[in-house]
Amino acid sequence: MRHVYGWLLLTPAAILLVAFTHYPALATLTDSFFSAGTAVRPSRFVGLDNYASLAADPVFWQVLKNNFWFALGTIPTSIALAMLMALWVNARLPGRALARLAYFTPTVLPMIAVANLWLYFYTPQIGLLDKVTGLFGAGSHNWLGSPDTVMGCLIAMTIWKEAGFFMIFYLAALQTLPPELEEAARIEGASRGYFFWRVTFPLLMPTTLFVLVNATINSFKLVDHLFILTKGGPDNASNLLLYYIYQVAFSFFDTAYAATLTVVLLFILAAFAVVQFQLIEKRVHYR
Amino acid sequence: MNKLFALLFAALFATASWAQKTELTFYYPIAVGGPLTKVIDGYVAGFEKEHPNIKVNAVYAGNYDDARIKALAAQKAGQPAQMSVLFSIDIYELLEQDLIVPFDDMAKSDADKAWLKSFYPALMTNGTYKGKTYGIPFQRSTIVLYWNKDAFKEAGLDPNKPPADWNEMREMAAKLVKKDGSGNVSRWGVMVPSTGYPYWMFQAFSRQNGQDLMNREGNATNFAHPDVVSALQYWVDLGRKHAVMPAGTVEWGTLRQNFVEGKTAMMWHTTGNLTAVKDNAKFPFGVAMLPASKQRGSPTGGGNWYLFKKSTPAERQAAFQFIKWVTAPERAADWSIATGYVAVSPAAYETPKLKTYVGEFPAAAVARDQFKFATAELSTFQTGRVRKALDDAIQASLTGTKTPAEALKAAQAESERLLKPYR
Repeated sequence: MRHVYGWLLLTPAAILLVAFTHYPALATLTDSFFSAGTAVRPSRFVGLDNYASLAADPVFWQVLKNNFWFALGTIPTSIALAMLMALWVNARLPGRALARLAYFTPTVLPMIAVANLWLYFYTPQIGLLDKVTGLFGAGSHNWLGSPDTVMGCLIAMTIWKEAGFFMIFYLAALQTLPPELEEAARIEGASRGYFFWRVTFPLLMPTTLFVLVNATINSFKLVDHLFILTKGGPDNASNLLLYYIYQVAFSFFDTAYAATLTVVLLFILAAFAVVQFQLIEKRVHYR
Repeated sequence: MNKLFALLFAALFATASWAQKTELTFYYPIAVGGPLTKVIDGYVAGFEKEHPNIKVNAVYAGNYDDARIKALAAQKAGQPAQMSVLFSIDIYELLEQDLIVPFDDMAKSDADKAWLKSFYPALMTNGTYKGKTYGIPFQRSTIVLYWNKDAFKEAGLDPNKPPADWNEMREMAAKLVKKDGSGNVSRWGVMVPSTGYPYWMFQAFSRQNGQDLMNREGNATNFAHPDVVSALQYWVDLGRKHAVMPAGTVEWGTLRQNFVEGKTAMMWHTTGNLTAVKDNAKFPFGVAMLPASKQRGSPTGGGNWYLFKKSTPAERQAAFQFIKWVTAPERAADWSIATGYVAVSPAAYETPKLKTYVGEFPAAAVARDQFKFATAELSTFQTGRVRKALDDAIQASLTGTKTPAEALKAAQAESERLLKPYR
């Protein structure tokens, strides 16, 4: 009887999960083996054809490469910055609440609003960035219009947006650290750097793992800004995998190919999750 | 007792008249709460007042892409929508999904047939397929040249004479470039936006150079034609060779701000910006047709009315009535003044209201006068992919990663592969 009761309690959550997560994932997988249907030409089974065209699609390889650089550019920096900010606002300093609030503000803004703000930062001549560099005599630079700088611009904006969010987790973790540790270290004469690397940093590892997983997922999931800033341009220089999926699905109406790309994205994320939890977890010190 | 009877009777009567009422739903590509929703709501109310037995629901569905996605999803799910304003270039997609019906089937009377012929022909090309009309022009735009008269004066040019051809534009732009003490450009000569809709701007260049980019059947493109290549070369050279325009891509969304702040002396932009520039520019500005190479030219753009297949005969008739009503000259004139979009029929420009407006603000008539040189917006089967192939080629050329010739050749090969099955 208790068995039934337990299952009954689980049912609502299970129904939601199956209906909105597991079923769509499986349906995507099957869709990727069919051609996209129209009223004139119905959908038919094509086996691995979609995957073959994926392998031959230069844009796919480019967005994958872009996504890799985007992840590499955003994840380590935003985590390091988050940790630094957390240590800073965790200390006793005047106006601490204000500093915390300031760091957290970018997180509460919607991504679309942020992108609109930064669009004007990056605009040549009239943008904030050009106005500031102009004070030092530098000429105007076409930040978003040049393939060399566009990715850097997106990375900088994303770090600004994300670091405050991760800071909150570090701040929470820092507050749970027992103060005895620091007192003991001070009595023993440990330097602050030594204390950080040998005590604080290892104790923060569970948080770091959590933040790392989130940052990785976000680097594939966050594409809202592309709609405003670049639409993936110029010439796909800032296109990311998820935005490309959107283009294929809703601009090209090729649902089959979009499903194929989605399967690839799912596999990449699953692989990351497995690696992170299996390998890194061994080295994480849980209390 | 009497009172109760009367109430019952009234209720019965109300349900009876409600049952006869035809209910229509349409999707309209604008964000909910945008300033234009009021105008559309006003039209709906006006139509309902004149046609008490038809009820019209407007669904505001975001931008063109969102509206198309929502309308298609609604059709698939069997939700009622008898008509919609969608992107004029969505026609092949809608045909391929077998969702729309031609207006010719509905226009039986002479008056209706005359109505079908009452629009500017340049606006009809995007809406016709195999001789039948599937799209009725509604919110339509074209590209025009805006110029800053103060900047022209400062550079020693005649402030009332915009460039008439490509050479003139380049030479004038060179004179208009202003540099500060350290050699940095503080004002560019001309800017043509190349994000968002690069293919649309490029259509103007190639049309001016004598080439249309696609055929009328929507199953072939000619991106690699020598005149098309030289058109792109001209655009690229403005930035990379003559340095009268920033090198790289120019952002569509912030260009208007650049112009209004005097950071560029000329810009190519949609007529849809006319009202906003008029409200924000602190200097006198002019609006002109785009300059010519072999001829003048600009693509049209914007949204058309479509009739959906899934509807009862009564609904379809009511929808037809509504579309006729909302595109009538008085509404077209009113719409053009409220938005800056061009009025869709010559008759609209004959209405007293629009005549007065054009008299006070002649810039409003430039787009109309350019219609005789206008061409349809790029639209083919597989239109999203074909367009992106061209967009990528344009951006690759502007940023210097490929030459126009090789970029356009690759785009043509891609479009050839995509369109072959449709011939």
